[in-house]
Amino acid sequence: MSSSAPNHALEFPGGYTRSVGPVIGRFLTELRDGRLVGVRTASGRVVVPPTEYDPEDGSAVTGEFVEVGPDCTVESWSWVPRPRRSHPLQRPFAWALIRPDGADTALLHALDLGVFEEGAKPPRELRTGMRVRPKWRSERSGGIGDIECFRPDIAMINDSRRTEYHLPPGRALERFLEGIAEGRFLGHRCGVCGKVYVPLKGLCPVDGVPTTEEVEVRDTGTVTTFAVNNIPDPRAPEVPFVSAYILLDGSDLAMLALVAGVPADQVRMGMRVRAEWRPREEWGATMANIKWFAPLDEPDVPFAAIKDHL
Amino acid sequence: MANPCAVIGVGQTEYRTKRLDVSIAGLVREAALRALEDADLTFGDIDAVVIGKAPDLFEGVMMPEAYLADALGARGKPVMRVHTAGSVGGSTALVAAGLIQGGVHDRVLVVAYEKQSESNATWALSTHPPMTASLVVGAGGYFAPHIRSYIRRSGAPDHIGTLVAVKDRVNALRNPYAHLKIEGISREMVEMTPMLWEPLRYLETCPSSDGAAAMVLASESAARGVNRPAWVHGAAMRSEPIFFAGRDTVNPQAGKDCAADVYGQAGITDPRRELDCAEVYVPFSWYEPMWLENLGFCGEGEGWKLTEQGATAFEGDIPWNPSGGVLSSNPIGASGLIRFAEAAQQVRGLAGDCQVEGARRALGHAYGGGAQFYAMWVVGTEKP
Repeated sequence: MSSSAPNHALEFPGGYTRSVGPVIGRFLTELRDGRLVGVRTASGRVVVPPTEYDPEDGSAVTGEFVEVGPDCTVESWSWVPRPRRSHPLQRPFAWALIRPDGADTALLHALDLGVFEEGAKPPRELRTGMRVRPKWRSERSGGIGDIECFRPDIAMINDSRRTEYHLPPGRALERFLEGIAEGRFLGHRCGVCGKVYVPLKGLCPVDGVPTTEEVEVRDTGTVTTFAVNNIPDPRAPEVPFVSAYILLDGSDLAMLALVAGVPADQVRMGMRVRAEWRPREEWGATMANIKWFAPLDEPDVPFAAIKDHL
Repeated sequence: MANPCAVIGVGQTEYRTKRLDVSIAGLVREAALRALEDADLTFGDIDAVVIGKAPDLFEGVMMPEAYLADALGARGKPVMRVHTAGSVGGSTALVAAGLIQGGVHDRVLVVAYEKQSESNATWALSTHPPMTASLVVGAGGYFAPHIRSYIRRSGAPDHIGTLVAVKDRVNALRNPYAHLKIEGISREMVEMTPMLWEPLRYLETCPSSDGAAAMVLASESAARGVNRPAWVHGAAMRSEPIFFAGRDTVNPQAGKDCAADVYGQAGITDPRRELDCAEVYVPFSWYEPMWLENLGFCGEGEGWKLTEQGATAFEGDIPWNPSGGVLSSNPIGASGLIRFAEAAQQVRGLAGDCQVEGARRALGHAYGGGAQFYAMWVVGTEKP
């Protein structure tokens, strides 16, 4: 680095005094007032930044200045992943050819797309055709730097929401989980239809009556039907995982649970399973006490026995 | 007896993965203004507005009907919001139709929408409250086991789902509004896509779409002199609990009851023969054969044979989803309304390249939740 550090500088004291002429002068004056203008050529085109002559054929432009923008379109761009100190922005940005609405030519300026780490790849929204507007400095002096940079139009806002709840389990679920805390599956038998619902619900959804008769059922059951899920889920040990309806022995309604301890492609309708409990010292009033259901070394139940539970 | 009700205007947006060019209000206005234009009316002519969409959690906008009332020209008018999960588009149309059939209003604007790109439906449907360990991951995770049950019970061969996935996407190629337009769609293409929830492959599931659909419904007097109305011949809704002992989840009773009611009103005894086409809510391929049976187009266990024989294809004797259906466009809250609207367009003779020749009576169908909520209508060319 030190070998390439400058050891000589040329700087005209006070800076050059540059006459800008009537056309560029008008452009800079309008910039100072926060406006973009172009000049109309004899052929009717609007040139921005304006020149004293038509860049196409060298003919003099008309005296007509046209306000253009502030809406602009990106015509082309080049991403700068590692800005230099002299660059207008000190985070990754794009140099872009930007054509203001109402103009027939584009001007070169910096396009700020937000915060990126040094070396970042160009973002997906950076593309030819994207709509942008100038970001004006609050203190302007009549130079192209009065526009700090261009920025994309706002097409989307990020709307973060969080609502917090306290969800009590309710009497029925609380009682069911008390059973689970003791390693027991508790159900209710309906006094009208006699069906057993596990987990107990405190009501029969068919008869519409409250239920109170508690029934304990075994932790073994039969897979009625299932899905092999190839979509990851934090509660499943791996992908694919099997979510199955399991008809616990003694229950009349299958419950949905994880089946594991067997390759997914070996799970069958009618397969016998048993709850795989975590070590007793880890138990609480939660279904997490049961890791999953694992196969039992018993013959499958025939389809006829489960077909009315599908 | 209900007063006559006619569909006199239909409007749809293009269905896309992301409609980043419009707000929710802009999206519903696009459909509503197209429906009003079709009916040659303005917001000023409308008596009431009925809005439908799926759970608020999808876009995180609570009570969107309050936010959308002025966007839909409803200032000073009755506005109502309907929500019955995935069937909501159908239920919304039926609530609006009820306002006409009951003689409450003469012209009702009904609009349904979803802007799925604002969040993620699988997230919104799988929020997992504490204590109840649900293992369902998205709608496909819920329906896949019941599809497996259908396959086992009916003995259907494995490729039936693939046939539906192809057939509906072929139909979508004729629909200018359709989201999925897969040139050269084929069985091989479907079978190459990954299993998401076995037995469902990626291309056997519906897309996530942004979009809205709208209709203008009118009373007999308001429909007088209107160009090509579609008349409501029957309208019904049914529901049942998601879990109860002895529930037939493959062929739910509520769906059978709803179909029996709507056919009874329309005087239909043999839907396959007496209807000219059907727009049925099929978000997962296998629900075509399942609903063929549930809706009485054939006997139990026979649905897959109709699909296999091509009876439900565009050229078949009873085309199902000539628009491409939910498998091709799925702005969830609007998907049911689109079925109802496409059925109306068929009998109005305005279905464009999706037109089933000479269609005079059509079924619009929607279902939702755990196949718990049903909404159906039969519309016809003739005033009943």
